[in-house]
Amino acid sequence: MIEVSPSLVLVVAIGAFVTSGVYLLLERSLTRVLLGFILIGNGVNLLFLVAGGRAGGAPIIGQTPNDKMSDPLPQAMVLTAIVITLGLTAFVLAMAHRSWQLLGHDEVQDDLEDRRIARIAARNAPLVLGADNADDSTLMLTTDDDSAEVRDETSDSSEHDGEGTQ
Amino acid sequence: MTDFTWLVPLPVVIPLCSAGLTLALYRKPQIQQIITVLALALMVVFSGFMMWAADQGPIVVNVGEWAAPVGINLVGDRLSALMLTVSSSVLLCVLLYSLGQGIADSSKSPVSIYHPTYLVLAAGVSNAFLAGDLFNMYVGFEILLAASYVLLTLGGTFERIRAGAIYVVVALLSSLIFLIALAMIYAATGTVNLAQLGQRLGEIDPNVSIVVQSLLLLAFGIKAAIFPLSSWLPDSYPTAPAPVTAVFAGLLTKVGVYAIIRTQTLLFPDGRLNDVLMWLALATMLVGIMGAVAQNDIKRLMSFTLVSHIGYMIFGIALGSKIGLGAAIFYVAHHITVQTTLFLVVGLIERRGGTTSMAKLGGLAKSAPLLAILFFIPAMNLAGIPPFSGFLGKVGLLEAGVAGGGWLAYVLVIGSVLASLLTLYAIVKAWNKTFWQPSPEPLPDNSLPASMVGPSTVMVVLTLAITVFAGPLYDYANKSASTMSDNSFYINAVLGDQGRGEGESTQLDGPDPVDESTVLEGADTGAVNNDE
Repeated sequence: MIEVSPSLVLVVAIGAFVTSGVYLLLERSLTRVLLGFILIGNGVNLLFLVAGGRAGGAPIIGQTPNDKMSDPLPQAMVLTAIVITLGLTAFVLAMAHRSWQLLGHDEVQDDLEDRRIARIAARNAPLVLGADNADDSTLMLTTDDDSAEVRDETSDSSEHDGEGTQ
Repeated sequence: MTDFTWLVPLPVVIPLCSAGLTLALYRKPQIQQIITVLALALMVVFSGFMMWAADQGPIVVNVGEWAAPVGINLVGDRLSALMLTVSSSVLLCVLLYSLGQGIADSSKSPVSIYHPTYLVLAAGVSNAFLAGDLFNMYVGFEILLAASYVLLTLGGTFERIRAGAIYVVVALLSSLIFLIALAMIYAATGTVNLAQLGQRLGEIDPNVSIVVQSLLLLAFGIKAAIFPLSSWLPDSYPTAPAPVTAVFAGLLTKVGVYAIIRTQTLLFPDGRLNDVLMWLALATMLVGIMGAVAQNDIKRLMSFTLVSHIGYMIFGIALGSKIGLGAAIFYVAHHITVQTTLFLVVGLIERRGGTTSMAKLGGLAKSAPLLAILFFIPAMNLAGIPPFSGFLGKVGLLEAGVAGGGWLAYVLVIGSVLASLLTLYAIVKAWNKTFWQPSPEPLPDNSLPASMVGPSTVMVVLTLAITVFAGPLYDYANKSASTMSDNSFYINAVLGDQGRGEGESTQLDGPDPVDESTVLEGADTGAVNNDE
C-alpha cells in the first residue's frame, strides 16, 4: 500500500492559500477576486499533491524501483489545472482591463433590474402592510438599500437612455 | 456486436478541429460559416447514429489504447447519445439563426472570433457528455465555460462586462469546488475513473463519501442553477446576444443536470442525499417561478422560468426510482429544445419591437401574427398544456412522484403543479403584455429577416416533433434510466471481467507496479464478457 499520511507543511500551506483566497474572493474589485481565485487554485493544486501520497522518484520503469515511485497521475492533473488557471487568469485580466477602460474601475457591479424591482416592492410594501406601517417603509429596505447606496447606477440619468436594456 | 468505437470521439474531435480551422481562416467569414455549419451538421448526424448504436449497449473507447482505469476513456451510452443528439441539433439551429442575424446586420461586420468559440463550446459540451472519468468531465466543463465567457462578453459593452464579471466569478468558484472534490475523491479512492469510482466509493467510509457527494452536488448545483445557487443566472443571461442566450439557456444548465444524473446514479446509488435534493427541487421550482412572475422584462422572465424548471429535473432525479429518472431524462430533452426556442423567439420580439421590456411592447399580435404563433406554441409547451411534450414530461414526473410514495414526494407533486400553474400565469402575462395590450408608444417598424424566422420555425417544429415522437423518445429515456439505475451495467461495460478496459496497457509487460494489484482486486466483480 502507498503511504498516505500527508506532509504537515503542505497541509498548512493549503489552509493558508485557501483562507486568504476566500477573503479576496469576497472583495468587489475584480483584480482582487482574480488573486483570490489564483490563490485557491494553488491551494487545490497542493491538495492534489497531498492526494497523491508520499513523494518518490520519477515514475519511469527502469529508473526507479516500483515501490519508490511517486504517483504520476495527480501531477498530470495538477498540470492540466495549472494550464486552465493560466488561461482563465488571462481572460479575467482582460475583462478587468475592459471594465477599467469603460468605467475607470474594475468593481463588480450590482444588477440594475433587480434593484428596480426591489424599489417597486419597497414602494408597494406600505400598501400591503397597511397604512399605519407607512412610516416603517424606510426600515423595510435596510441592508439592500445600504449596499445600493455604495454602488447604485439606477439613480443616475442613464437609466432610461436605452443602453441598459440592449 | 459491430464495432462502433470510431463513432464516439467524433462529436468532440469534429468541432475542435473545425474551431482551429475557422480560427486560421478568420479573414474569410464566408468559409468560416460553411465550415461551422458543416461541422455541426456532421455532429447531428453522428450523434443520431450513436443514439441508435448505443441502444445495443454502451460504446466504450479507451483513448490512445490506454486501458481504463489507467487511461482516459469515453463512454457513449443511451443517456449521453440522447443528450448529444438533442444538444447538437439545438446548436445547429441556433447557429443558423445567428448567421441569419449576421446577414441581416451586414453593416456591422461579424466578429471573427464567434465561430471558433461557438465550435469550442460545442466540443466542450460533447466532451462533458462523453467523459468516462471525472477529471475529463472537469476538462469538458472548463472547455465549455471558457468558451461561454468569451461568448457572453462578446463585443465588450458595459452591460455585458458587468453581467460577465458576475457570471465568470461564479463559474470560476464552481470549478474550484469541482476541483477540490476531485482531489478529495482521488485521496479517498485513488482513482477518478467513473466506473472504478462506482466500485470503490461504496467501500470507503460513508462519512467521507457523503462529503465528496455534497461537494460534487455543490459544484454541479451552481452550474445547473439549483435554487440557493441560482441567482447568477437571471442576472447574466439576458444581456448576451439572443442566440448566445438561447444556447446557454438550453445547454449549459443541462450539462450540470447531466453531471448530477451521472454521478448520482453511478457513484452514489444509495441516494442518501435524495431528501435534501427533494427540498432543493421544491425551492428551485417555487422561488424560480415567483421570480419570473415579478419580472417586467421578457428575457429575464424567461431566465427565471429556466431556473424554475431545473427544479422539475432535480425532482425526477431525487425520486431515485427508474420511472422518476426516465421522466427526468425526457424532461431534460424536452426542456433543452423548448427553452432555446423561446429565447430565439424573444430575440425576434426584441428585433421587431426594439425592446424586451413588457411595459413598452404591445400589439404585436396584429402587426406580427407569425411571431405570435411562434411564441405561443413553445410558451404553451413550457407551461405544460396538453398535448405538448411539456405536459407529457410533467405527467411522467407526477406519476413517478405518486408512485414513489412518502409525504415528501406528495409535497413535491403539489409543488410542481403549483409551479406549473404559476408558469402559465407568467407566460400568459408576457403573452398579453407583448401581443395583446395596445402598445403605449408606436413600435418601430422593423421587419423580421426570413433568415432569422426560418431557424426559429425549425426549432418550433423540433419541439412539436418531440411531442409527436414522444412515445419512442420516452421509451428510450426509460430504457436509459433502467440501465442506469443498476450501475454494474456501466461498470462492466467499461472495465470488463478483467477489471481493465481494452488496449495495449492491458498487457502488463515488465514488473507489476505496486498499486496495480489493488486495482485488479478491487475490480473483481466479473459478469459480462466484453471480449469478442
